Amino acid sequence: MAQDTTRTRPPVTDWTTDWDHLDPNWRDNPYPIWDDLREKCPIAHTKRFLGAYLPTSYAAVKAIAYDTKSFSSRRVVVREVRPEPPMPSPPISSDPPHHKPAKQLLLPPFTPDEMKKLEPRARAICNELIDKFIADGRCDAAQMYTRHIPVRVIAHMLDVPESDGDQFIQWIHEILELGITNDEILMKAVHEMSMYFAGYVEARTRKPGDDLISRIIMARQDGKPLPPQEVLGMIRLLLIAGIDTTWSAIGSSLWHLAKTPSDRQRLIDEPKLMPTAIEEFLRAYAPVTMAREVVQDTVIEGCPIKAGNMVLLSFPAANRDPAMFPEANKVIIDRQENRHSAFGLGIHRCVGSNLARLEMTVAIEEWLKRIPEFRLDPAIPVTWSEGTVRGPRQLPFIFG
Amino acid sequence: MTGGKVVRVRVDPEKCQGHNRCKALAPALFELDEYGNSKEIGDGIVPEDQLEAAYLARANCPEMAVEIIEE
Ligand code: HEM
Ligand code: SF4
Repeated sequence: MAQDTTRTRPPVTDWTTDWDHLDPNWRDNPYPIWDDLREKCPIAHTKRFLGAYLPTSYAAVKAIAYDTKSFSSRRVVVREVRPEPPMPSPPISSDPPHHKPAKQLLLPPFTPDEMKKLEPRARAICNELIDKFIADGRCDAAQMYTRHIPVRVIAHMLDVPESDGDQFIQWIHEILELGITNDEILMKAVHEMSMYFAGYVEARTRKPGDDLISRIIMARQDGKPLPPQEVLGMIRLLLIAGIDTTWSAIGSSLWHLAKTPSDRQRLIDEPKLMPTAIEEFLRAYAPVTMAREVVQDTVIEGCPIKAGNMVLLSFPAANRDPAMFPEANKVIIDRQENRHSAFGLGIHRCVGSNLARLEMTVAIEEWLKRIPEFRLDPAIPVTWSEGTVRGPRQLPFIFG
Repeated sequence: MTGGKVVRVRVDPEKCQGHNRCKALAPALFELDEYGNSKEIGDGIVPEDQLEAAYLARANCPEMAVEIIEE
């Protein structure tokens, strides 16, 4: 996987004044960096990325997420460049009052009841994947298992061939990882995705089914259908927001279970703990970091914030704040009080949170049923993605 | 009724963002609308055997939208 972008970056000298989330130290283990910053300077600044803040306390992250007047979602990724105007991608890039109608279009197909209908197919997908490597006694779980679950499930929902999943993964990689530093790769991937889906949108406008593409086409905003370009934008957003995120969340959970046999055994002995365990994995290994653009000067938690900067909105750092979560760096799979922010806080709450929870639960349950004993292969390193979404990209396991 | 006290749950519709934690933890007390936003069922009165579930729902709502009112 191309991670060369970081190799050419100047090393960080001082995390409080020169932080860089593309630094290899952050990529490999960000938690000590956040703990240190939270004590010294809960809203750090960097001149990199044309100027950006980094809040690490739960209180600061929440205050920023709630203050949509000062912090706009018109840009949701901290990048080297800030092309004008930014590419709109409602609802994730929308602010009030435009946000709500766009979001309400997407929400009905993602309610918990709708998700229940997907469960049998999701379980079957997990087992089809496990069938391919279980006899080998080992596998790279990030490449052979966790990676394929979200793409196949969303392909199933969109009613497009599940076998096109690898193509989706490639586009998302170009958009979310390479695209942070390379605008050309980003635009090309966006264009290719649009071309791929344009045919489906056209066909289903003529003859709608009950798939997710048809439901977006049939949805009405103020009584009117969305223009085809906006339908395409919503489909692109669902893929960009739903694939690497869930891949990462499942991967981090399995990584934890591989290196923590006591938690693994407890989950096998007490399957009732699965819901709290999933929430705790989401808290401790929250994969998604968002961004905001500061559009008016303000003060957050006593720190002056200047318009024109970006904010790296680290829900993962908020989730490790000991002021909010006792023993924040400890994974406690039966944690009773857990107001984690892995799916965001405020109006942009993840549309796919019920889907992501279903996929995580099913992926871990099916894995533990078939492969109850597994551990990390000491001969091969675990590697992590960089950028907006954090999760294992190489996850070598030995079974038994 | 719990020891003469009436305990009710209430979802603040201004705060609820549909994280669905309350409904997952206390399905007998909450219902979701077509957008996944939550509301207490009926008058929100919590039967004795649902008290723990009600407090868990409050403790896990990321938006602090679940209120418990003891009268
Ligand atoms: C574990 C997996 C996932 C995590 C951790 C996650 C996390 C997040 C977060 C933190 C946000 C808030 C963005 C912000 O505040 O700017 C968000 C928004 C969003 N997510 Fe997810 N997500 C996941 C999976 C999914 C899936 C599976 C889908 C859909 C297929 C999805 C679709 C969306 C959409 C459409 C938004 C925009 C919502 C809005 O702006 O109102 N996500 N997600
Ligand atoms: S947990 Fe809170 S935000 Fe989520 S549905 Fe319930 S009341 Fe709404």
